[in-house]
Amino acid sequence: MRAKIEVRGISKTFPTRRGPLAVLDDISFSVGEGEFVAIIGPSGCGKSTLLGVLAGFEKADRGEVSVDGEPVREPRRTGIFIFQQPSLFPWLNLEGNLVFGLNGASPEERRRLVAHYISLVGLEGFEHAFPYQLSGGMQQRAELARALMVRPEILYMDEPFGALDALTRLRMRAELLGILSRERHTVLLVTHDVEEALHLADRVLLLSPRPAQIQTVIDVTLPRPRLLSSPALLALKASILTELGIGEVAEGAV
Amino acid sequence: MFSPDRRWLAALAPVALLFIVWHVAVVVSQSLIFPTPWQVIVGLVELARQGLLIKHVVASLFRVTYGYLLAATLAIPVGMLMGWFATAHTLLNPLVQGLRPISPIAWIPLAILWFGVGDLSPIFLIFLSSFFPMVVGTAAGVMTIDKKLLRAATNFEFTGFRLFRSVVLPAALPQIVIGMRIGLGVAWLVVVAAEMIAVNSGLGYLIIDSRNAGNRYDLVVAGMVTIGVIGFLLDGLMRRLERLDEVRWRYET
Repeated sequence: MRAKIEVRGISKTFPTRRGPLAVLDDISFSVGEGEFVAIIGPSGCGKSTLLGVLAGFEKADRGEVSVDGEPVREPRRTGIFIFQQPSLFPWLNLEGNLVFGLNGASPEERRRLVAHYISLVGLEGFEHAFPYQLSGGMQQRAELARALMVRPEILYMDEPFGALDALTRLRMRAELLGILSRERHTVLLVTHDVEEALHLADRVLLLSPRPAQIQTVIDVTLPRPRLLSSPALLALKASILTELGIGEVAEGAV
Repeated sequence: MFSPDRRWLAALAPVALLFIVWHVAVVVSQSLIFPTPWQVIVGLVELARQGLLIKHVVASLFRVTYGYLLAATLAIPVGMLMGWFATAHTLLNPLVQGLRPISPIAWIPLAILWFGVGDLSPIFLIFLSSFFPMVVGTAAGVMTIDKKLLRAATNFEFTGFRLFRSVVLPAALPQIVIGMRIGLGVAWLVVVAAEMIAVNSGLGYLIIDSRNAGNRYDLVVAGMVTIGVIGFLLDGLMRRLERLDEVRWRYET
């Protein structure tokens, strides 16, 4: 069975004043449909660049990405990107933002979808609010709703909860899992939070420091919902931290 | 600091103070020429009764409207091109920045040379003076669009003209409106100067003519007061534009 996303030999170099800087080095992997893959790596290792290439926003120097067998050349609405900072359109209220990507839907269809996704992300009553009137967490939820409105097959998430406070982050993780249990999406999540990756993903890819290569692949087969305190999860976390070179710190904390 | 009803008082109090100081200054200096506030008001009523006030106000507004709208029709698209396409910016910006500092007043001799005496000269000058703030404001608005927003829009497969209409224009609108507000202010400033030279109607003409035809300084100041009031109202109009949802988002944190 063909994978949903095929990544083959992706390499990218940035020209800098001091000469070419290799950021991505021969990255290959595949993602099955409905799979949740987390990409972890140290800061600056190129994971955001990788996600940008996968989503079609950037071009790799070598290698190819294909979705459903078709090479990815530019951003498509079938794969929506979610940033760390919300990118809601500030001149539109929530409803306006949500319907932005809808093409040729009838007014009743629009109303139905808006109502459905607003309640899915828990923003009932804020349809006419403008982004500046919402907190960071609410904006992030709205951005998620806007993405889901176009029924994307793939979600590319670049540290989506990074700008939120710790409590909101935990709540958003739970909400995301709830949404994914109801709607089928293939998700690629870039994060530097090992716990977050283990909480959400089916598979974790560890990237090495720049130039990034896939250092390790870890399958997470624990059933959901996952307890962050379960021994199996803690063991996985410890091994990942060791791989990343900060194993001693983890042992000490436990 | 001031409650809403107090704010009206706070706005009128300095004006009233000015009137009092003005009146006292004229009386104390025993000037035979400079009018007191009351004489100015009488002058205004006289102009109004003769239908001249309306005539001159309409003439000036008419010229401003023509010149300003012409400028906007050209400046906003050019500004958007300059803001979006680096080539356009490289080509046009030196020209814009070179012509912009030349005071519209300096263009008066050329305006008369090209357009003669009549409405076209002031309209050309108004066009020229309001063009530059609007080009600069529009270009700045387009250049400073948050790249994240463009990225999100291309994600939803918005490209070309659709991208421009649905994202670039709304994102740049607050800056465009700022340019329009400045442009309107300059236009009103310039129309008065332009009317002192080349026409025989309008508030600028009224001022110059009142002095030449009999040292009617009460009418001179009456003309100035009218200019100030209308300028204030025009600016108020633009401020309302800035309170629209499509514009005010820029000023909310």
